[in-house]
Amino acid sequence: MSIQLTVNKKKMSLDIDPNTPLLWALRDSMSLKGTKYGCGIAQCGACTVWVNGEATRSCVLPISAVANADITTIEGLSDHGDHPVQVAWDELDVPQCGYCQAGQIMTAASLLKKKPNPSKTEIVDGMSGNICRCGTYHRIQEAVKLASEIASKKKTKSTVKKSA
Amino acid sequence: MKSTRRSFIQKTALFSGAFCLGFDWFQANGKEVSMVQTTMDSGRFNAFLAIDPSGKIILYSPNPEIGQGIKTAFPVVVAEELDVDWKDVEVRQANLDTQNFERQLTGGSGALKHSWERLRKAGATARKMFIQAAAQTWNVDASTCKTSKGFVLGPKGQKASYGSLVAIASKLPVPTEVTYKNRKDYQIIGKRTKGVDNKSVVTGKPVFGLDIEKPGMVIAQIIRPPFGATLKSFDAADALKMPGIVDVVSFKNKVAIVGKSTWEVMKARATVSCKYDSGDFDSDSTHQKWFDEGMKTDKATVQRKDGDFAAALARSAKVVEATYECPFISHSPMEPMNFFADVRADGTVILAGPTQVPQSAQKAVASLLKIDEKKVEVELSKMGGGFGRRLNNDFALDAAELSSIIKKPVKVMWTREDDMGGGIYRPAARYHFKAGLDASGNMIAFYLRGVGINAGNATRQDNFPVGAIENVLVESVNQVSAVTTGPWRAPITNFLGYAEQAFLDEVAEAGGKDPVQMRLDWLARVKSNPVGKITYEPDRFIEVIKQAAEKSNWKNKPGIHQGFSVYFSHLSYVAQVADAQMVDGKAKITHVTAVTDCGEVVNLSGAENQIKGAIIDGIGHALFAKLRFNDGVASPTNFNGYRLIKGNEIPTINAYFVDNGIEPTGLGEPALPPTGGSIANALYAATKKRLYKQPFEV
Ligand code: FES
Ligand code: FES
Repeated sequence: MSIQLTVNKKKMSLDIDPNTPLLWALRDSMSLKGTKYGCGIAQCGACTVWVNGEATRSCVLPISAVANADITTIEGLSDHGDHPVQVAWDELDVPQCGYCQAGQIMTAASLLKKKPNPSKTEIVDGMSGNICRCGTYHRIQEAVKLASEIASKKKTKSTVKKSA
Repeated sequence: MKSTRRSFIQKTALFSGAFCLGFDWFQANGKEVSMVQTTMDSGRFNAFLAIDPSGKIILYSPNPEIGQGIKTAFPVVVAEELDVDWKDVEVRQANLDTQNFERQLTGGSGALKHSWERLRKAGATARKMFIQAAAQTWNVDASTCKTSKGFVLGPKGQKASYGSLVAIASKLPVPTEVTYKNRKDYQIIGKRTKGVDNKSVVTGKPVFGLDIEKPGMVIAQIIRPPFGATLKSFDAADALKMPGIVDVVSFKNKVAIVGKSTWEVMKARATVSCKYDSGDFDSDSTHQKWFDEGMKTDKATVQRKDGDFAAALARSAKVVEATYECPFISHSPMEPMNFFADVRADGTVILAGPTQVPQSAQKAVASLLKIDEKKVEVELSKMGGGFGRRLNNDFALDAAELSSIIKKPVKVMWTREDDMGGGIYRPAARYHFKAGLDASGNMIAFYLRGVGINAGNATRQDNFPVGAIENVLVESVNQVSAVTTGPWRAPITNFLGYAEQAFLDEVAEAGGKDPVQMRLDWLARVKSNPVGKITYEPDRFIEVIKQAAEKSNWKNKPGIHQGFSVYFSHLSYVAQVADAQMVDGKAKITHVTAVTDCGEVVNLSGAENQIKGAIIDGIGHALFAKLRFNDGVASPTNFNGYRLIKGNEIPTINAYFVDNGIEPTGLGEPALPPTGGSIANALYAATKKRLYKQPFEV
């Protein structure tokens, strides 16, 4: 029985064990290696993707549970790597080893969708489920703030354009 | 090998018309830069600084990138002396190439120290040749020309890009004498340079070991025995019938499940049962017994002896004693161990993946398979952290042995449970200190015994305040266990540093002294009249201590409880002041001030990352980390039981660097050892409770 889903705007049909965690379906069956394995038990956040726009841990989510769902991974977050969160992450030089960062970025981008102008506490709380063994937490928190500023500037610009 | 190298830089015109300078980062005599011929013959660029006619500079970074930022820091130094715009530089990771590189490894925070001079020379030599090429073209004296951002500027306003000078420069003799930039003219060194891999990281490019995919590759996981146990039998009948399973094989007490996809392997693995022999395998109680015995034995190894400790202790007015203990802990890099190996029918081997020491992987695999090292090729991937774990190539050996058995290219992947339960830990240790104080509270006798389990020498016998104290005795005892251990970020000192700095806080208190002033007094003594051999520079110590006291407003912050520590390791000096506050009746570390002397800071952004990361690492492991052992089995084995510090548990950190322009030294580790001490001392100031065990019970 094949499972249909949309991944990064592409329709996919997979013929695999329905219990396969979405993480391994992405990495092994779809060759999307950006989503990372860290713990496999929903403890670290390295595997965070969006399922129908919601940040979700893909390591414990069977593929059968996301049939017909719309999945976004780090590879699909933006067309040119220029999502405000990605820009802010580079700008503030967040990554050390970089391994946790796809999960951090997907979590941050989801946080900003819900709260375009998060307070310091909202940032700290919103990001605290994602482990970074290298300890890049300060810059993660600063970068979420910067991303929200970049996004709001972009928005003002496009509104101005429209009204002109 | 060395005789095939030229002992000075040579240039060569590449087939593409590029200008190439080979620079051997590792020439044994230390300061020379050499051309590497073999690379040219094979048409590869390794070890080259290459500038093509468009002005693009390509630089191969030989050292494994583990998150320490070496892939950015190395090229920064070359680009600075070459005097080019950073945006024109492209950095690529070199694979293992023992012909052309030495010390192609990550460990000991030693890369920049080792390569600083070589990197500068590589850049400065090329720059000089472009100047000469331009001077020749314009028919002016070379001394009248300058460079700026990849251009040579002539006396009459002439301007030529390096790219346009490639053809001429490549025909010039290579200068043997070059001058370096004055550090006040630095454009890139000391500034903030973003990580060269940031773009691929934030877009999810497959750069890590676990991302490796090769034609015909299968995936495997390995069941490892309890420490000390022998595999008697295993039953894989069900697993072999499961979809996607290629094979289940056993070697060296291990059972490998091989299949086409990760999930299929995981599912099949769960059905495999293994039987082991029974025996007296390690448990926590075993380790406690060994510590007790190690503390009592009269067979300790004397690591250092100055004066007469026992006599000095006997005449002391006051004696301070304390015992500290740390458990085995896991490295837990975010990317679990993994490695790819393809042992081919033609006798060649391809290894690929994350290792801090590719050359020893090559050697170890060659000796395992009894083949020539030259037959083993190692491709380096980016590493999702290592913290010392990837200094041990057990994962590469497993992959190679498995590939040789199943005769297929294979990627062996460790689950988190495998990674945390599978060994190579920070050794467990117990330390006992004694200090004898005279009537005015000065320490006249200092004793340390370190008992480690698979730790080798668990002490660092020359550590300050040794050198300032008249009577010193440092001893070590090593207990041997089946539990495997290895270096863990700042080996030994990651805990010893805490124990020493916490003990000195007790000594200061017992002697009625301020912890900062006490250390400054000792260092004054070391300067005028050191006791025995000293390995540190007292002036550099004094400077970080003074700056940390000043920047943290030492003992001058009402309502804030402060703790001090200072440490010298990996040739760098770090002083820390931690601030603790009582929040809802509990002590909480709210801020850390760190002053580091690591000589010249090459990349300020990367340097700050290393300092803050190491401090967070130090706090997290001091507060939470612990593995327990029962019958040879470690637990917990995942992040639900083994806590890593999270983003809502960190203090603010101010990281300062001493601006002295001395040759750069280590940065990846030195800020970790003083961290446990500064926070324990701050927590003591807040609660009056001393912390003797890691993890702290706060
Ligand atoms: S891998 Fe999914 S949360 Fe850790
Ligand atoms: S950057 Fe290494 S784990 Fe986060």
